[in-house]
Amino acid sequence: MSGRALPAPLRAFRRPLGAVAGGWLAAVILAALFAPLLTPYDYDIQALKEAYQPASARHWLGTDEFGRDLLTRLIYGARTSLSVSGIAIALSVACGMTLGAAAAWFGGWFDRAVTVVVDLTWSFPEILIALILVAIIGPGTTGTMVAISVAYLAQFTRLTRAQILTLKSETFIEAARSLGAGNAHILFRHLLPNALAPVLVSAMLATGDAIILEATLGFFGLGAQPPVPSWGGMMSAGSALVFKAPWIIIFPGLAVAVTVVAINLFGDALIAELDIRARMRRQV
Amino acid sequence: MFSYLIRRVLMLVPVFFAVSLVIFLILHFIPGDPIDNLLKVGSSPQARTEMEARYGLDQPLPVQYGLWLGRVLTGDLGTAIVARRPVADLIAQALPHSLRLGGLALLFSSVVGVGLGVVAALNRDRWPDRAIMGGVLLGSTMPGFWLGLILMLVFSVWLGWFPVSGARSWQALVLPVLTIGLGGTALVARITRVAMIEAAGRDFVLLLHAKGLSPLRIQLRHVLRHALIPVVTILALRIGWILGGAVTVEVVFARPGLGTLLIKSLSQHDYPVVQACLLMLAMAVMLGTLLGDILQAAMDPRVRAALG
Repeated sequence: MSGRALPAPLRAFRRPLGAVAGGWLAAVILAALFAPLLTPYDYDIQALKEAYQPASARHWLGTDEFGRDLLTRLIYGARTSLSVSGIAIALSVACGMTLGAAAAWFGGWFDRAVTVVVDLTWSFPEILIALILVAIIGPGTTGTMVAISVAYLAQFTRLTRAQILTLKSETFIEAARSLGAGNAHILFRHLLPNALAPVLVSAMLATGDAIILEATLGFFGLGAQPPVPSWGGMMSAGSALVFKAPWIIIFPGLAVAVTVVAINLFGDALIAELDIRARMRRQV
Repeated sequence: MFSYLIRRVLMLVPVFFAVSLVIFLILHFIPGDPIDNLLKVGSSPQARTEMEARYGLDQPLPVQYGLWLGRVLTGDLGTAIVARRPVADLIAQALPHSLRLGGLALLFSSVVGVGLGVVAALNRDRWPDRAIMGGVLLGSTMPGFWLGLILMLVFSVWLGWFPVSGARSWQALVLPVLTIGLGGTALVARITRVAMIEAAGRDFVLLLHAKGLSPLRIQLRHVLRHALIPVVTILALRIGWILGGAVTVEVVFARPGLGTLLIKSLSQHDYPVVQACLLMLAMAVMLGTLLGDILQAAMDPRVRAALG
């Protein structure tokens, strides 16, 4: 059987960089899922006698200011950071695709209104949009999730709209129409499925950015509230102790950086496998 | 070109009104009452009403917006509720710090980014390209505040080269500029590389080769000039982004600036200051977009021709 039959995410593993990146992502996701089985310590039980320990055989990554095992908190933190960013982007994609497809499909004043609003928010830094929204909704995981999904809404609306607009004039749509296909059939069976690959890949890349954004909100103390660990929250606590116990902030930051690099590399491998590089750039 | 300029500037007027309305409205949805921070515990309800009347918070929303916009347009940004000083003063104090930091970071990321992008494009798919693009990817995936703290730890604490924080000397600027600049460098390098590679495939480049010009000269004099158009546009669009990135970095390095002011007043529910900070950042974004469009028209004869 030829490898062509494999789905693209699996084919991406055949590229060396794709395999390394995909392996790391799989490991992080599995660790987050099975956190209680992997960690000998509790993430929230304080042991003040063991505070501020550097890496050792007992605590592989050391302990924090309350004597909690850093590796344990890092693994539980992956749970928060990955689920918040993942759900936020999923929400954003769902809304963005609906809005973008509707704008491209209906055209007219609706399209113009959507474009104006999207262009306006598009030019603002995501961190500012998210900061303001969290201030309105209130800090915590829900607030962060909603804020991140709104911050990225413009990107997916734009991308979907551009995809549908270019696809609309393709020959196969004309063929479907001349065969008697109705509006809804063309939109849901032809246009949206064809627009899906670029949108999903850019959603994956955006999840990387969302992890950084979540960490930044957490750094300002607006993300998941203690004692629930998140990578940003851990760095927020560690920032005050950076000179005394630098490992408290170094490891969560490395976790963010390595995971985001892995997402980008795996995304690149996916783009190459799906052969959609040119379509990914079509955003205007 | 001139009529395009005028049209483009006029387009900013409705955008300004839309943005100001959004900023004004958003602030009124933020829970938490600034008056609570001002009143002594156990103050009478009458004192509260008086205080609300003093800051105009008892008027209906549309009236508040109209009054606010009218004052903003005449340069009066109101009085900070918590700091009890004119907001314009606070902004005037913070803005130069942010502009200096953002300007230097923009300069850094354009010079280093274009340089790296050119080297990568000239060595396409060989090791310098791979090394640069890999380094650039790594640099763009580190959270800004984290990178700032690590730089601070290494260069200020361990090596002692720069002051830890503050804004008293030029040395204090180095690490914040580097922190913001490194993030922007990644984007500029990536765009320069792609634009160079795309421009190198054009027909006019083939002609230059056929005429016998040296390849390096073609790349640096002709291809780069072509490739710089999208780079300059992106750089102008980046102005707002760099100010946005400055928010976190300013807080990390404890620098007085718009970002620090914004975060502080957000936590104090000081509406007038938050509104003014957001308005400043929004105007920077709008001016950056305007600059990008104008530069593009000025640099690209085809765009100029299309605009008439």
